[in-house]
Amino acid sequence: MEMLEFVVPALNVKAILPQAILSLTALTVLLVGVSSPHNKKTSSLGYLSLVGVVVALISTLMINGARESAYNGMVLMDGFSSFITLIVCIVTLLTILSSINYQRFFPRLNCGEYYCLLLFAAVGMSFMGSAGNLLMIFLALETMSISIYVLAGFKSDEAQSIESAMKYFLLGAFASGFLLFGFALVYGCTGTMDLVKISAFLTAHPEVIHSKMLMGGVALMTVGFGFKVAMFPFHMWTPDVYEGAPTSITGFMATGVKAAAFAALLRVFFVALGHLQADWTGIMWLLAFLTMTIGNVVALSQTNIKRMLAYSSIAHAGYLLVGFVAGSKLGQSGILFYLLSYAFTNLGAFGVIALLGRDGGEYTSLDDFAGLGFKYPLMGLAMAVFMFSMAGIPPASGFMGKFYLFSSAMKAGFIWLAIFGVINSVISLYYYLRVVVVMYFKEVERDVVMPKPSAAVVVGLVIAAIGVLQMGIFPSYFWDMARQSVQAMLM
Amino acid sequence: MLVKYIPVLVMMLVGIGFGVFAVVVSSILGPSRRFKVKRETYECGMPTEGATYVQTPIKYYVVALLFLVFDLECVFMYPWAVHYRKLGLFGFVEMLVFMVILFVCYVYVWKKGALEWE
Repeated sequence: MEMLEFVVPALNVKAILPQAILSLTALTVLLVGVSSPHNKKTSSLGYLSLVGVVVALISTLMINGARESAYNGMVLMDGFSSFITLIVCIVTLLTILSSINYQRFFPRLNCGEYYCLLLFAAVGMSFMGSAGNLLMIFLALETMSISIYVLAGFKSDEAQSIESAMKYFLLGAFASGFLLFGFALVYGCTGTMDLVKISAFLTAHPEVIHSKMLMGGVALMTVGFGFKVAMFPFHMWTPDVYEGAPTSITGFMATGVKAAAFAALLRVFFVALGHLQADWTGIMWLLAFLTMTIGNVVALSQTNIKRMLAYSSIAHAGYLLVGFVAGSKLGQSGILFYLLSYAFTNLGAFGVIALLGRDGGEYTSLDDFAGLGFKYPLMGLAMAVFMFSMAGIPPASGFMGKFYLFSSAMKAGFIWLAIFGVINSVISLYYYLRVVVVMYFKEVERDVVMPKPSAAVVVGLVIAAIGVLQMGIFPSYFWDMARQSVQAMLM
Repeated sequence: MLVKYIPVLVMMLVGIGFGVFAVVVSSILGPSRRFKVKRETYECGMPTEGATYVQTPIKYYVVALLFLVFDLECVFMYPWAVHYRKLGLFGFVEMLVFMVILFVCYVYVWKKGALEWE
């Protein structure tokens, strides 16, 4: 084992530019929020953080294409990390737009801390996509998770929100422990935390590949990541946490955390542990099958729309794992494409649900949506588009995403997994379309009035809907981008 | 490769062994006299009065937590200062970033009123 020698890294601001912008914005928002605590009515804090996210998004697009590793390999700047940062920025953007509307009825959320934590969570997510070292992945994961634990319990006057935060925190801390133990075992086997160097060590020492210690490390890491992406059997927390958290945060958790955790999962398993692919494929096949089946079957019987979308998010983790099992470049590109598509779709759906929330009630029961399709035609249309996309019906992006994932599995020879994926999509049609049916055809029992939405959330929903349709009708632009990102992954 | 970890193993065994040894030997050798005062919660000091479940102000908790944060800031600065020359500009900028972030937190804490005792 080499002695730890210290090399002073070069100061490469370009490699961490989007994250630095997000962090600076977070600190600014925190300071502005605390120095003017009485403007509870305005949404200046929301718009301020919006500016930061947009600047970070532009900077991501500008540095896209660079390929280098910075800070002694801690941060990898490549197409893959740019794509993940792009997804994270879009997720944060849509979440902020939805929050600006939502916080009018929950003034507790309108404070510097809320946006500061949101932005720091985004920093963590984005670093998970660009981390080139196990330690960096862990730091990024904790930055993200700790922010989200607090955000989940932000409605500190509601027992359900506290319960959600508490459950997520306790189980999340436990899962982090598993992950860290896994990292420690992998380090023990290979003597390095650097993803690229782990791979190089395993190439040089093939006898280590099948050592029990390395296998144990990989298994423990699978548990840790599996918890974050809500993979069966580590999915039990999802419905309770998603239901209790503020609706604007639920969408953020479902899309951002999933994207970040899948990014780290892909990097660790394909860059560092590519030699073990034959070993993990079998177990991942089973987990992918079980994750999508359990998610979809349990979602069928849900009457609360947030819980339903929680189980649907488990099912989507299953679909994403299909691409992971395929293991090819095609499968990895499919995962990236699907994550972006899912970000637009899911945040759109949660944006619509958040429209109904106000003092005294979230109105998240499925019956609350009865008749809303005719009363608010645009809202109904938007919700229908998002539901079609989740179910994977052609004009929407969800179809293309599933097409890429399942076809990558077919090409890699996992025909049965692709078939089970398609069967699962058919099962999921029932509960996604039920929302549409309830909105348009169900008798109105309780007259729910939607408060007038603010301009911000309308812009957010329009962006989400355009994203969904664009990715569904003209997927080639995004597909090429996803493919190039995977091609440009630093190995 | 695992041979390198033998000192750690020895250290662990010595640590565990010493703990077990101390407890076992003192329970064998030490005199053991039992009476009521011995079984009180606090053997020495004031006799307790009333219920022990009382509310205590947690003001000190916040101060202690903040102290810990800024105390650790200083701890980080020691190794940085020792290697200052070797780290050069990189080290200076990194420490500046670290200090600025903590300074923002300090301003936040101050404005929020967490440093006020009353």
